[in-house]
Amino acid sequence: MRRKLAVAAAAMAVLTLAACGGTTEPEEPATEDVAEGGDAMEGDLVVVGFSQVGAESGWRAANTKSIQDNLTKENGFDLKFSDAQQKQENQIQAIRSYIAQGVDVIAFSPVVESGWDAVLEEAKAAGIPVVLTDRAVDSQDDTLYETFIGSDFVLEGEMAGEWVSENLATEPIKVVELQGTTGSAPAIDRKEGFESATADNPNVEIIASQTGNFTRSEGKTVMEGFLQAHDDIDLVFAHNDDMGLGAIEAIEAAGLVPGEDIKIVTIDAVKDGMQALADGKINYIVECNPLLGPDLVDIINKVMAGDEVEKRIVVKDLAFDQEAAIEALPDRQY
Amino acid sequence: MGIVRHRLFWPVAALALLIVVNTINTPTFLRIRVRDGHLYGALIDILRNSSPLLLVAVGMTLVIATRGIDLSVGAVVAIAGAVALTYIGSAPDPSSVGTVITGIGIALVLSLVLGTWNGFLVSVIGIQPIIATLVLMTAGRGIAMLITGGMITTITSPPYKVIGSGYWAALPVSVIVAGTIFLVVALLTRRTALGMLIESVGINPEASRLAGVRSRSIIWTVYAMSALFAGIAGLMISSGVMAADANNAGMLIELDAILAVVIGGTSLAGGKFSLAGTMVGAIVLETLDLTVTILGIPPAVTPLFKAIVVIAVVVMQSPIVRNRLAARRRGEPGDPRGVHGVQPAEPSSAEVTV
Repeated sequence: MRRKLAVAAAAMAVLTLAACGGTTEPEEPATEDVAEGGDAMEGDLVVVGFSQVGAESGWRAANTKSIQDNLTKENGFDLKFSDAQQKQENQIQAIRSYIAQGVDVIAFSPVVESGWDAVLEEAKAAGIPVVLTDRAVDSQDDTLYETFIGSDFVLEGEMAGEWVSENLATEPIKVVELQGTTGSAPAIDRKEGFESATADNPNVEIIASQTGNFTRSEGKTVMEGFLQAHDDIDLVFAHNDDMGLGAIEAIEAAGLVPGEDIKIVTIDAVKDGMQALADGKINYIVECNPLLGPDLVDIINKVMAGDEVEKRIVVKDLAFDQEAAIEALPDRQY
Repeated sequence: MGIVRHRLFWPVAALALLIVVNTINTPTFLRIRVRDGHLYGALIDILRNSSPLLLVAVGMTLVIATRGIDLSVGAVVAIAGAVALTYIGSAPDPSSVGTVITGIGIALVLSLVLGTWNGFLVSVIGIQPIIATLVLMTAGRGIAMLITGGMITTITSPPYKVIGSGYWAALPVSVIVAGTIFLVVALLTRRTALGMLIESVGINPEASRLAGVRSRSIIWTVYAMSALFAGIAGLMISSGVMAADANNAGMLIELDAILAVVIGGTSLAGGKFSLAGTMVGAIVLETLDLTVTILGIPPAVTPLFKAIVVIAVVVMQSPIVRNRLAARRRGEPGDPRGVHGVQPAEPSSAEVTV
């Protein structure tokens, strides 16, 4: 569960980054400053310690690759990368070792929200700036880190809800929701965003909502249950692509046509999801971009140059309908 | 009266209750229609979705009967799916039947090898089963991740899809496969001496060995079978969504399988086992999952709801509770030992769940 959470959170963070960059190309968010910043650091590599959540999903793998591909020697960085295997204690251990090694900047995607004050204070005492990527910590003291770059999950839910409200809910529709892992930030926030965006449209009725744990197989099983319990479903809103892909299997097994008989809206825009969107089996996807590296480069350069960075950096999320997916698909990196 | 005391009464009662509740909520629950030339309906969904768990649980029953436990089945599920899909996905023609059969063959042989490894650790090296299989449980997902490169591997291969989503004679293929294996295992253990030998190993390995039972081979075999069945379950699960998710496939299925075995009335202390009970247990668990969706129970309450149902079943099944109930019905004061006594091979299932 935690892993999935982490993944989702990471995904969000990435999205956020892209949004901050404000560029329209999902693959290259906010890269304008990178070269400049890199030049400023010329001759002297910035040592960055990065503690990744794990290697639990395709999303996370793309996230890791983006960081490794951008924090390179050519860009002026010496990256020390560690994989926490979804365990907070591994992450704390990695951060302590970065402090002991005296790295210039520590960046990490917190596996969980709480329990970071002690180690972050150690970093602060050692004068090492900390950048949070894709997931937040719940520390009251926000001087413990420089910035948190991550997606706005609520906004993602809202974007999905608005599209549904405008494009599909011109007549009464019945919606079933496949939630992410119970209690996870992306599940809570995406649900909240979707509900608030559709609240003023009386045509949208959410008739069932159940967790599919962010996985394909549970998305499928839960969707099968929905199909048994309700024979009038018009739309599936899934908190991630994988559950949406599982729902497609269930809908097809029930002899219905996904994307037509039952419309599907998801969040993430991983490659498989985009393919299904392009194939017409999904109707709309709000993106959660894992390609966080360029933004991280940008932020680290600003931090090293002593520039002010905002405490919370949110990137504008992109979204795709079926035509946009066909166009975007050939360049999709993840 | 007699039927209430039957070992399977409470699990079957729980199953019946769940079905009744679902039918009240959704009157079409019991309806089975023919759609696109095959059967379709909630009951068919339950059977199909419980097939992988049933297979894993049948293997687990045999292992538990020898006083062992196999925690590695979830990892084997993930590995089997990862191997099969990676092979099929990288083959020149993923849709060819030959490719799919080869992929399945490789996955199942590897599963068998992993089970043999477990059996080796337990029977030859003498490591406690929980520790021996813990090794593969933790390392196995790593192996699966390595095979898939940390990605969710997906393929398009109609022949492979048949395993998890296809139909033969209007019935889901996975139900036919799981049912056939269940029958074969039941025949082998109940119509030959094998079942008795397994039980004797579980009740007293040393005495069995002195009596001439080849305990070591039997233990070795049950672990190999357990992994093989888990491998087949892994193929079904990956085929159901046409994706190998090394991180999530078969997650915690080992605990669900153990639970199915316990609900079915087999003691974790080894010895007597009930395959029919295990089947009922697996179907109860799967029906419970569907019930949660059909009743629209909020996700935050779902684990509690499931816990209450499962605890109720195992408590009602425990010999002490059953005997007290029986005594009360006869108007006698509650005697914890009851008239039937507590059979050593059948201790309280309730304790097991604590």
